[in-house]
Amino acid sequence: MTDLIAPADEAGVVEAIRAAVAMREPLAIEGHGSKRALLRPVQAARTLTTRGLSGITLYKPTELVLSARAGTPLPEIEAALAEHGQMLAPEPPDTRSLFGAPDPATIGGIVATNLSGPRRITVGAIRDHLLGIRFVNGVGEMVRSGGRVLKNVTGLDLCKLLAGSHGTLGVLTEVTLKVLPAARASATLAIAVPGVAAGVRALSAGLASPYGVTGAALAPAASGATAWLRLEDFPDSVAYRAGRLRADLAARGDVTLLEGAESEALWRGLRDAAPLAAAPEDAIWRISVRPSAAPGVVAALADALGGRVLLDWGGGLVWLAGPATAAAHVAVMQAAAASRGSFTLFRAPAPLRAAVPVLPEEPAALAAIGARVKAALDPHQIFNPGRMRAAA
Amino acid sequence: MIALPPPKPDILARRTEIVAALLALLPADAVIHETLRMRPYETDGLTAYRQMPLAVVLPSTTEQVAAVVRYCHANGIRMVPRGAGTSLSGGALPLEDAVVIGLMRMNRILEIDFEDRLAVVEAGVTNLGITKAVEHEGFFYAPDPSSQLACMIGGNVNMNSGGAHCLKYGVTANNLLGLKLVTPEGDIVEVGGAHLDHAGYDWLGLLTGSEGMLGIVTEVTVRILRGPEGARAMLAAFKGTEIAGAAVDAIIGSGIIPVALEFMDRPCIHACEAFAHAGYPLDAEAMLIIEVEGSVAEQDALLDRIKEICARFDPISLKVATSAEESMAIWKGRKGAFGAVGRISPDYLCMDGTIPTGELPFVLKRIGEMSTAYGLQVANVFHAGDGNLHPLIMFDANDPDSFHKAETFGAEILRLCVEVGGCLTGEHGVGVEKRDLMPVQFQPHELTQQRAIKTAFDPAWLLNPHKVFPLTEPV
Repeated sequence: MTDLIAPADEAGVVEAIRAAVAMREPLAIEGHGSKRALLRPVQAARTLTTRGLSGITLYKPTELVLSARAGTPLPEIEAALAEHGQMLAPEPPDTRSLFGAPDPATIGGIVATNLSGPRRITVGAIRDHLLGIRFVNGVGEMVRSGGRVLKNVTGLDLCKLLAGSHGTLGVLTEVTLKVLPAARASATLAIAVPGVAAGVRALSAGLASPYGVTGAALAPAASGATAWLRLEDFPDSVAYRAGRLRADLAARGDVTLLEGAESEALWRGLRDAAPLAAAPEDAIWRISVRPSAAPGVVAALADALGGRVLLDWGGGLVWLAGPATAAAHVAVMQAAAASRGSFTLFRAPAPLRAAVPVLPEEPAALAAIGARVKAALDPHQIFNPGRMRAAA
Repeated sequence: MIALPPPKPDILARRTEIVAALLALLPADAVIHETLRMRPYETDGLTAYRQMPLAVVLPSTTEQVAAVVRYCHANGIRMVPRGAGTSLSGGALPLEDAVVIGLMRMNRILEIDFEDRLAVVEAGVTNLGITKAVEHEGFFYAPDPSSQLACMIGGNVNMNSGGAHCLKYGVTANNLLGLKLVTPEGDIVEVGGAHLDHAGYDWLGLLTGSEGMLGIVTEVTVRILRGPEGARAMLAAFKGTEIAGAAVDAIIGSGIIPVALEFMDRPCIHACEAFAHAGYPLDAEAMLIIEVEGSVAEQDALLDRIKEICARFDPISLKVATSAEESMAIWKGRKGAFGAVGRISPDYLCMDGTIPTGELPFVLKRIGEMSTAYGLQVANVFHAGDGNLHPLIMFDANDPDSFHKAETFGAEILRLCVEVGGCLTGEHGVGVEKRDLMPVQFQPHELTQQRAIKTAFDPAWLLNPHKVFPLTEPV
């Protein structure tokens, strides 16, 4: 266990970082540590947590905007939104069971990892809903980017740069998000399709319909596969669209309609990759490809590794569970590269995560720019060393 | 007036040699260096500012762009990328010692894939050109800036363009998958791809809206969406701007996100009605255009709900379109708003701040007071759902004092936007127009941080060095 620094406010974060800079001592950055085992192990003796920076600082339901300190637990935010019939539209996954973490994610951690769930296919990722940030850079300055309004192109968009940077460029202290009304009703069409390729085509057909599909996932079944398409809106709209979509897709396989709580439970499970039912010793990858490439990726990996898969985002996101070996990881990297996609080694024992590239390598010109951007924000390499890539 | 950085004398002195070098890199018809033929490139949508460049090149391929950039980089020559030149903030304004790199010849659509719902297009394809290429299958490209007939996707990426329908569909950044770009040092790189959420730093997100300072975008992979079954508009007119604002809050608060929610104030209603004869109520202080989507029955249900909500706010009139033609009539005045104001006043400045929507009544009241103080008329259009305000300040360009007053008035409005919790620009970009106002929104060290990222991409500050940041020595 590393030494833990837990400032109570933004000024405390600034102070902790300035002290670390003075000592040239790197810091692991986390909220509640629910995704500590994501990506590579961090090489730092001390950990800076934002858990002391907690609480919603602004919520204007009619302006569709919410600000919260970075350490605010996600359930607290979801509960506040639910009171006003609103939601975080990208529905970030709850990764506690995958990582065996006791504490819920913080909103800062959700933004720093840019993790989005099934609705991402329609409404965009967490980064698309990020309106503003306050963060402390690697020389201990508090920097703001964006703001609290929905449309803002003033200056470089550091929000998007920091989102998904896994705490390597700055320590988020407060985030402002666009929130949306939660749908009043939802329903899911479950289609029994002959296999993954037919399933992805069914998802594409659903997403190419005018009915506003907000979830499109697929899992292999005992025979063939099950494709799920979700509709969310006012009850009369959902009923109408489910009927139309069902008729349009009838030729693709038997269609079952799931409504209300049953539909909601299904998508919570898909969001959290529960159907993957990964054994604790398995590694888990998330592979992002164009949907039409997904059947090839699944064929190459599931068969070769004996792995299990779950597809989301219309087939564009392949969750894979398989043996935690370097050989399996090489196969994933090759499959992602062959389909010109991206991959993340999402969960694996630390020795494997430390030994392999957990994210795609970048071309030299981009890697050089990336190193300079890192130096522009964190010149002394204080934040999360080794988290995303091995030190050069 | 906004200052441009002094030209480098050695570059100006080498002009003949530079033109010859560019002619060696590109076909002869792709290099423009005669004064008369360079004239169209001296300005953009912000016509108050003009500057002839050193030369203009019109490459047809990414490799040609890279060859020009490598040459300019090696020789310390500044570069200004340009799409259609529709920027309202001076985003394409040249420099005397800069080569303008125009992307308009890169106008090919490279791939359309309806199954994966994407299109790969070159930077010079127009915004509307993408929709035109996919609409036969019922698809469209969502961001719809008013200039969509002319503006090019490369420019849209660089300015992160919005439009009237981004309340539901998002802005450019939310509709992109990948880019091919030439770095300021002349390397060709791809970011993102045909898939979502490429792991690693979000270069796609950082480059979007970077106003041509971090690289030259040559190819864009966009998401295309299936259109709704139909759409219909309604009009609601109110006795006061506060009342209209409260109606907007009530609509959003009820859980409805209309696909568009446009607000016009009294001067704007009058200007548009005189121009378009759209049947707008002239006794209203504020008017909303509200558009919903879905099947006819779904449109009816949503419009009924919205009508019920508006009825609680003592409206002067509520008019629901019963057909596509009536919807078009309702939109006609709004879409012609800029032209309509142009009819009253030969010149106007179109401002573009964003405010928290709850601040609208206060902001409009203050703008009215400023209008009286400056003696300049102003009409306001407002994307009410997302807080993006477009005051149109009317002035006379033949009177330098009038232009100066209009600029000062505009700057005061933008300061007010920041004061109430908003920002300097919602969708037009900083460009040169709002460059010197950046310290109103950002602390010095915050601008230094942004400049340091510009430096990371462009260590020599050759690419669009006169935009976005107040002129100081590069960090």
